[in-house]
Amino acid sequence: MNSKTQNKIAIGTLYGVAGLVVLILLALLGYILVSGLPQLSWHFLTAPAKAFLKGGGVGVQLYNSFYLLILAMLISFPIALGAAIYLYEYARDNWVTTTIRTAIEILSSLPSVVVGLFGFLFFVVKLRLGFSILSGAFALTFFNLPLLTRSIEDSLRTIDLSQREGGLALGLSRWETITRVILPAAVPSILTGVILSAGRVFGEAAALIYTAGQSAPALDFTDWNPFNISSPLNPMRPAETLAVHIWKINSEGIMPDAKAISSGSSAVLVLAILLFNFAARYLGKRLYKRLTSA
Amino acid sequence: MFVSNDVSTTGTMQKRHIVQPRDAQHPIVLSTEELHVFYGKKEAIYEGDLQFARNQITALIGPSGSGKSTYLRSLNRMNDRIATVTGRIMYRGVDINQSDIDVYEMRRRVGMVFQRPNPFAKSIYDNIAFALRLRGTTDQHELDEIVETSLKQAALWNQVKDDLNKSALALSGGQAQRLCIARAIAVKPDILLLDEPASALDPVSTSQLEDTLLELKKQYTIIIVTHNMQQAGRISEYTAFFNQGRVLEYDTTSHIFTNPQVQITSDYVSGNFG
Ligand SMILES: Nc1ncnc2c1ncn2[C@@H]1O[C@H](COP(=O)(O)OP(=O)(O)OP(=O)(O)O)[C@@H](O)[C@H]1O
Ligand SMILES: [Mg+2]
Repeated sequence: MNSKTQNKIAIGTLYGVAGLVVLILLALLGYILVSGLPQLSWHFLTAPAKAFLKGGGVGVQLYNSFYLLILAMLISFPIALGAAIYLYEYARDNWVTTTIRTAIEILSSLPSVVVGLFGFLFFVVKLRLGFSILSGAFALTFFNLPLLTRSIEDSLRTIDLSQREGGLALGLSRWETITRVILPAAVPSILTGVILSAGRVFGEAAALIYTAGQSAPALDFTDWNPFNISSPLNPMRPAETLAVHIWKINSEGIMPDAKAISSGSSAVLVLAILLFNFAARYLGKRLYKRLTSA
Repeated sequence: MFVSNDVSTTGTMQKRHIVQPRDAQHPIVLSTEELHVFYGKKEAIYEGDLQFARNQITALIGPSGSGKSTYLRSLNRMNDRIATVTGRIMYRGVDINQSDIDVYEMRRRVGMVFQRPNPFAKSIYDNIAFALRLRGTTDQHELDEIVETSLKQAALWNQVKDDLNKSALALSGGQAQRLCIARAIAVKPDILLLDEPASALDPVSTSQLEDTLLELKKQYTIIIVTHNMQQAGRISEYTAFFNQGRVLEYDTTSHIFTNPQVQITSDYVSGNFG
């Protein structure tokens, strides 16, 4: 067998494997969308869920998902940014940073059920936050922090060392160099990382079941006082998200159209995450273009 | 003043020939005394006692790894945190290698341009203006004026004057390098350090850059590392030859090229090195 046929076989195999992966993904996606899309309607997306009757929607769950996502991002982004800047820009390689990095590695591979149970014991029980959006947001922060930190660190790494030297040579301090030169240049890639991790957070269920809870009390969308129990903004109320809703319906749903609701919710979830991904690419590219050409 | 000395290194005699500039019109503005640089335990500069004349161009030449960049980067403390630099770096009577020196202020007086052009991911205008704004120059007219003069001095103004708001990353290599020079002189330094600024440029851009440097020398003291012997010959008044962490020969450029006193220098400048 000469190297030419060998090459052909190798390429063929690789194409085959790649094609198989794509095929499986497309099949999954197709199945979810085909069975879910017919269920979607304005009513389905906005109406509250019904426990025993058919015709319920996922309005509250959808809202909860976004609210939790935003809260979790508001908490985890500044921490992750700070940690990434410290680790990449300031820390020298010594046992402290090695320990931090190892901790991040381990945390990022922690099963989310474990994160959820930890959140339950610590936030729900110990800190007495109860099943609440806040408990859920903290659990999601734990879930999100390691990967987000690494992704921001990777973004910083893509900015050439010569940019940092350029800043220092102009008489800027290290902090000025980071905030005025490095971060602006890294924004497109940081943004992409943030949106991608948002997709992961959005679809997370296991970490939320025992923290944000499995019930979605009806919300009064005219009441924006965060201290009222039916206010959408109240962070202390239990809040079932879309992903948790899917899990719950499938394990104990007793409404007659449980299957349809589950399919519809899955389609919404998948669409939202697809949207996040496309938005990440689009915004990242746009921003990069604006920085490099204009 | 003429100093020629033989220094013993690990048993063998190595000849050195050092003539510091003495020219009343161009007094010494920067000098290093007993400078040693260590990367960890490894010593990269053993001896680098050079004096630099004001408004002149001094070229640092020598084989790869001889310590030219290491020496140059020590001059404005770019080696802080990377290497240990001992000895004195005297700038207008002050030892700027002291720990209590305001390094950021000092680097505004001793600017630097690197081998690879490193424009920031900002507009051409902001590449020059943002460091000034950060230091409190907020007057728009003043900023416009500084941007224009620096770009003119760097011989880039005519090419970019209509595109000041475009991203600097879209410039060609030669233009980007000239922007980096404009950026460096915009903060009004006294001394300009350049580390092989033309090595990534084509011959035309290189010759434009040399013209620019000859023009800039009227206002700035320039120290330039170069691998290009012709370039050193064309633009510099003084040349220092580095070899294995030591300055082996320092003299006027014409002496170094026509009448080198040390055999290795002679081999190097005539291309018989190695
Ligand atoms: N950051 C660093 N850490 C450790 N050693 C270094 C570092 N930078 C340079 N060196 C070493 O110091 C010595 C001098 O290097 P330097 O870069 O100053 O040489 P140079 O004369 O500028 O070479 P070139 O012409 O290739 O640029 C070399 O042996 C090099 O390996
Ligand atoms: Mg070098």
